[in-house]
Amino acid sequence: MSGFDEIVLDDADETVRVRFVVNGRKVACEVAPRETLVDCLRNALELTGTHAGCEMGACGACLVQLDGRVVHSCLMFAVQADGAKINTIEGLTESGVIADLQAEFHRRNALQCGFCTPGMLVNAHELLSRVAQPSRGEIRDALSGNYCRCTGYEAIVDAIDAVAKARSESGGTT
Amino acid sequence: MSAPLTSLDRPNSYIGRSVPRPNAKRLLAGRGRYVSDLRLPRMLYAAFLRSPHAHAKIVSINTDEARKLEGVHLVAIGADLAKICTPWTGTLDHFKGMISAPQLPLPLDRVVWAGQAVVAVVAESRAIAEDALELIEVDYEDLPLVVDIDSARAAGGPVINPGSTNNICFRAQLDNGAVDDAFAHAAHVVEEEFSFGRHTAVTLEPRAIVADYDPAAGALTVHHATQTPYQFQDLYSRHYGIAEAHVRVVATDIGGSFGMKLHVYHEDMAVVGLSILLGRPVKYVADRIESFVSDIHARDHRVRARMALDAKGEILAMDVRDLTAIGAFSTYPRTSVVEGNQVIRLMGAPYRFKNYRATLEVIFQNKVQTSQYRAVGHPIACAVTERLVDMAAAKVGLDPFSIRAQNVIADDAYPQTSPTGYRFEALSHQACLKRLHELMDYDGLRAEQADLRKRGVYRGIGIAAFVEITNPSPAFYGVGGARISSQDGAILSVTPSGEVRCLISVTEQGQGTEAIISQIVADQLGIAQEHVKVITGDTEVTPHGGATWACRGAGIGGETALQATRALKRNILEIAALILQEQPSALDIINGEIVDAGTRNQRIPISEIARIAYFRSDTLPPGTQAQLTVSHHFAPQGYPFAFTNGIQGCSLEVDVETGFVKVLKHFIVEDCGRIINPMLVDEQLRGGIVQGLGAALFEECRYSETGQLVNGSLADYLVPMAMEMPDIVIAHVETPTADTVLGAKGVGEAGTAAASACVLNAVNDALTPFDATINSIPITPIKILKALKRF
Repeated sequence: MSGFDEIVLDDADETVRVRFVVNGRKVACEVAPRETLVDCLRNALELTGTHAGCEMGACGACLVQLDGRVVHSCLMFAVQADGAKINTIEGLTESGVIADLQAEFHRRNALQCGFCTPGMLVNAHELLSRVAQPSRGEIRDALSGNYCRCTGYEAIVDAIDAVAKARSESGGTT
Repeated sequence: MSAPLTSLDRPNSYIGRSVPRPNAKRLLAGRGRYVSDLRLPRMLYAAFLRSPHAHAKIVSINTDEARKLEGVHLVAIGADLAKICTPWTGTLDHFKGMISAPQLPLPLDRVVWAGQAVVAVVAESRAIAEDALELIEVDYEDLPLVVDIDSARAAGGPVINPGSTNNICFRAQLDNGAVDDAFAHAAHVVEEEFSFGRHTAVTLEPRAIVADYDPAAGALTVHHATQTPYQFQDLYSRHYGIAEAHVRVVATDIGGSFGMKLHVYHEDMAVVGLSILLGRPVKYVADRIESFVSDIHARDHRVRARMALDAKGEILAMDVRDLTAIGAFSTYPRTSVVEGNQVIRLMGAPYRFKNYRATLEVIFQNKVQTSQYRAVGHPIACAVTERLVDMAAAKVGLDPFSIRAQNVIADDAYPQTSPTGYRFEALSHQACLKRLHELMDYDGLRAEQADLRKRGVYRGIGIAAFVEITNPSPAFYGVGGARISSQDGAILSVTPSGEVRCLISVTEQGQGTEAIISQIVADQLGIAQEHVKVITGDTEVTPHGGATWACRGAGIGGETALQATRALKRNILEIAALILQEQPSALDIINGEIVDAGTRNQRIPISEIARIAYFRSDTLPPGTQAQLTVSHHFAPQGYPFAFTNGIQGCSLEVDVETGFVKVLKHFIVEDCGRIINPMLVDEQLRGGIVQGLGAALFEECRYSETGQLVNGSLADYLVPMAMEMPDIVIAHVETPTADTVLGAKGVGEAGTAAASACVLNAVNDALTPFDATINSIPITPIKILKALKRF
């Protein structure tokens, strides 16, 4: 590292330009082909609300909405998401679509360290947009890919259950 | 003692109230600030080459190619860091005779577990650093291995630490009363050998650290995802020779810890050294596979235990031998023998017997270290005791509730000293037992169980009483020479606008420390909770203290906040009295207003006192110096620990064809003294129970014969997920400690302490018709099928 030796660029340094619509805004990034979507979101786009927990699709901390469906952003390369519409916890928060879920999670303390929480909320949002009134068993089933070490899950199930009921009562299911 | 400290009807009465955590909204919006999110200017990234061997000599390391890779700034081996970092040894003086080899960030000539970091690379990205790892060549020469407890203890077998004659780290013995005599004259003796697998914390955010050494200032800042910033400030200062006042440790949001992130890790120490060598910030975040092979593991005990009883089922004596294997080193600075020490001292804790003998043997092996993880030692002591009590009940012909009711220390018989040496101030086993019986509808569950058995459905009901260690005094670490504080400190200030800032040494990991501290401050001062800002986790601004571990945040941190607030209130009222021409004792504070103590008539807001004190001190009487900032420290006195107690119950179903266990419902009655926030206490219990259920049914670090961890990923190591977990029913008994004004004890370990014992008893209860028993945790389907002779 001392001195200034002749340095030559090689193939490994090549990046690819990808474009997404992230949280409603067009963005472009230069990414290495091996870079995962979660790393691209967290590093290049500074959207650190999406977390990396296991990097193998087992824990659910990295869930984001991609073209309307929930995906593990650790299981795809950023280049594979070229052209996609992606919503992260930051965008879902700003748009207000999960405000009732967030308020209910807060009221019931359905989170402790908060590291799993963005993934839980993204998944809960998907569940409630598919099933208006899931049973507690269905909620637990839907969360079966979201690992939480802190809460024991019950308050999370209670919060989602309460929001499902409230949405149905107000007739405003999405 | 049981009179409430405050009435919930009073304004600003927050102690005892379920209020949401103010700081949780950030986390819900994806605005957490975890160390793994942090990016500093000119920051570099570290990666580590790890040993593929469990025990080997390092013959040579060739890093030439790695150093040449573009983007690589530094490749460091053990000798590079040994030049600037002094070694550490994981022993404490009060564990007489314990030994452990000195440790360095990276090894000089020998690796002692598979996964140990050997070479560090620092590069412009983590990816480049990992590319460089692949270019490093290390030549190893295998050494004989010690993997399991038996081979570690075998005479003439391989010895891990050169210079030692065996693999013993520590031995301890307790002997009280007349144990041999009690067994000789017992009407009944029950005996069993238990095994408890290794498991690990699996925090969702792996370990993360950013070390930032500024050579111009001679100052080190470490952003460290830990529970204990002051402990690390002290260690980085002493091992790297930087004045303590020039070391700052910042512990912001943390994605789970549970005790795992308060130990010294080789990589973390290395990252500090790498930043010193480079003069730039260096970041390291363990990936999941690295976490499994380098985070501390816990448990790994084999316990032989027997219990003597008289003809009526009165417990007379216990005799216990605990063998525990801890890896190749004892962890620094808290050691790896605390768990075993607590196992032998918590045995039989709920019960009245006087004769007790225990042997503890702590053993080295070629695996990653074990050390303190949530409920240290409790689950082992609880499972052994409670299973023996159930076995005794069956032998004597008593119901599990009856034998416990007969043997627990009576609620009115305190204080008591256990035959293991613990002093109990006041516990409530009888009240808890009675409450659990109602809560779980025990008779109804038994009737249902009997009906279902006729139809070939095998349900089990288990209960387990426990005692938990909380609010530790210096007797825990300080007496052993560890620079780990048992006191806490707080600085409280009134802002010029009349709000309150509280800087306090206890830390937040999501359990709600900041919330309960703001509740206590608001309650004791007489202001709205939203006007209290609590700041934690930064050694530069908060006073030195123990921080949060071993269930001390509410009990010790809470009392610190309470006493500091009372001091601040006195100062505010003193100034108010001067302004209002009153005696301070004639005044009080409600909702941020100074009021007449008798009539509660409003006189002047705190904000006005603050305005005058800060901006118009000329209008105060000459000689007045308003003190609207107070600092206060509190160290626990009286009992060395504030013990808590409770009892858990479990209803589950065993599928005797597949060996699968479905937990149907779990119950707990718990007594943590004064409850500050019932919702947060219940969430601690639920989370703790689920960690205990994971240990009971799923979690085990499995090793091959060559010392390789074979299930070190989140796909292979099973953790409890929402699908498998039951709803948990909670009730409380409140016996405040009289050692503090607040009266709070800890609650963080209670759930984990007894959940696995409860499941063990329930599974054995379900298997009763088959004359099959289980004595090993985790209780996997294969173990059940083997017990049923179906596998």
